[in-house]
Amino acid sequence: MSARLHALANPARFARFARRILPWMAALAALCIGVGAVWGVVFAPPGATPPEGQGETVRIMYVHVPSAWMALFVYGCMALVSAGALVWRHPLGHVLARAASPIGACFTLLALATGSLWGAKMWGAWWVWDARLTSMLILFFLYLGHIALTHAFDDPGRGARAAAILALVGVVNIPIIKFSVDWWNTLHQPASIIRRSGPAIDAAMLAPLFLMIFGFTFYFFAVWLLRARAELAALRTRALRLRLLAP
Amino acid sequence: MSGFGALLRRDLRLALRQGSDTATVLAFFLIVVSLFPFGVGPEPQTLSAIGAGILWVAALLAALLSLDRLFQADYEDGTLDYLLSAPAAPSLLVIAKCLAHWLTTGLPLVLLSPLLGLLLNLPSAAYPALVAGLALGTPVLTLIGAIGAALVLGARRGGVLLSLLILPLYIPVLIFGVGAVEAAAAGQGFRAHLLLLGAFLLGALALAPFVAAVALRQAAE
Repeated sequence: MSARLHALANPARFARFARRILPWMAALAALCIGVGAVWGVVFAPPGATPPEGQGETVRIMYVHVPSAWMALFVYGCMALVSAGALVWRHPLGHVLARAASPIGACFTLLALATGSLWGAKMWGAWWVWDARLTSMLILFFLYLGHIALTHAFDDPGRGARAAAILALVGVVNIPIIKFSVDWWNTLHQPASIIRRSGPAIDAAMLAPLFLMIFGFTFYFFAVWLLRARAELAALRTRALRLRLLAP
Repeated sequence: MSGFGALLRRDLRLALRQGSDTATVLAFFLIVVSLFPFGVGPEPQTLSAIGAGILWVAALLAALLSLDRLFQADYEDGTLDYLLSAPAAPSLLVIAKCLAHWLTTGLPLVLLSPLLGLLLNLPSAAYPALVAGLALGTPVLTLIGAIGAALVLGARRGGVLLSLLILPLYIPVLIFGVGAVEAAAAGQGFRAHLLLLGAFLLGALALAPFVAAVALRQAAE
């Protein structure tokens, strides 16, 4: 396993690997999201009738839940490759982390936006300082910090190493932040707005939901590989340009 | 250990002789707090209801203000390279610098806070929780800030970047610090909040110097 990981440190070999895997990931993503979206929006049953239930609003879930899941999943991936880059000095780790964080920020923003749309309909407010919304917002800030730090240095290598440390600091802090926000929220939040024990999810909604989750995951891997290839190409361009400048 | 004492003495002496950082931070704290009555109105009830939050947010921003200088001067004049090649463990040196930073900026904030509490009409029961909470919380702010300060060394617009990096990490301290004051003002026990702040302090003391030392070594490479 580790020998195969080290083989990928060669950029050309990684590019070949990415080129082979990418069409499969993209096709699986298109298939899962295509089927899941149509199933979820057209064929899945609506929620219970509005005053008590969620009615048609429940369909936002098919985008919201996968986005929220990806927001955390991408951070996990980013931390993993950052650890690989720091501990084993795997050169691909920094490239992958740099490629992942904007995708993660987009998924987090999508989760926040869809959550806000859902909240406007169900709670009558675009934004509520609910524990989960707040944690997601903080996660979004962490992504922004990571992106900003990556690009803050003239030497991209320095930015990548600093960002890798920040990603790992974030991993330690995310559970603490989550716990604090939950605690803060139970103290301040009037319980009338959010019912803690929503009805258990209908089995007929579960299948399209899982399809969407798988689709989003494949989509992430496809875009991740694509962006990593672009990052490698940018590094190569930079190296070539520096060589041209050298006497 | 001698490296620890020497660095602490040096940083304290530098801070005391230059004398500007402490005064600037305190003045900033005072000004930010006194802006709020203009923003929300001078009614004593309003101010005492949100006073804990104002004081904590202002303390947090004031602590942030001086943090980007924590390693910057040493980085620019090359002292950092010498410190890192010294026989003392780098994480110990980070603790020494953090302690000096806290003694010159955090501690004065803690001591000034009751006075600003008066301005905001804070109920008298809240003062022990405010001072104790700030005393436990401000070292955590310095320690977490040290990681950020080490990460942004050599970055463009490091100061602004620093706030983007570490303000999200300050949220737990803010929550429990304000929670302690509000619980005390409502006549409830605030021991749990202080214990949690203490736990954050111990956790930060164990982890942050190590991470900051790694970041410093990356910066010096």
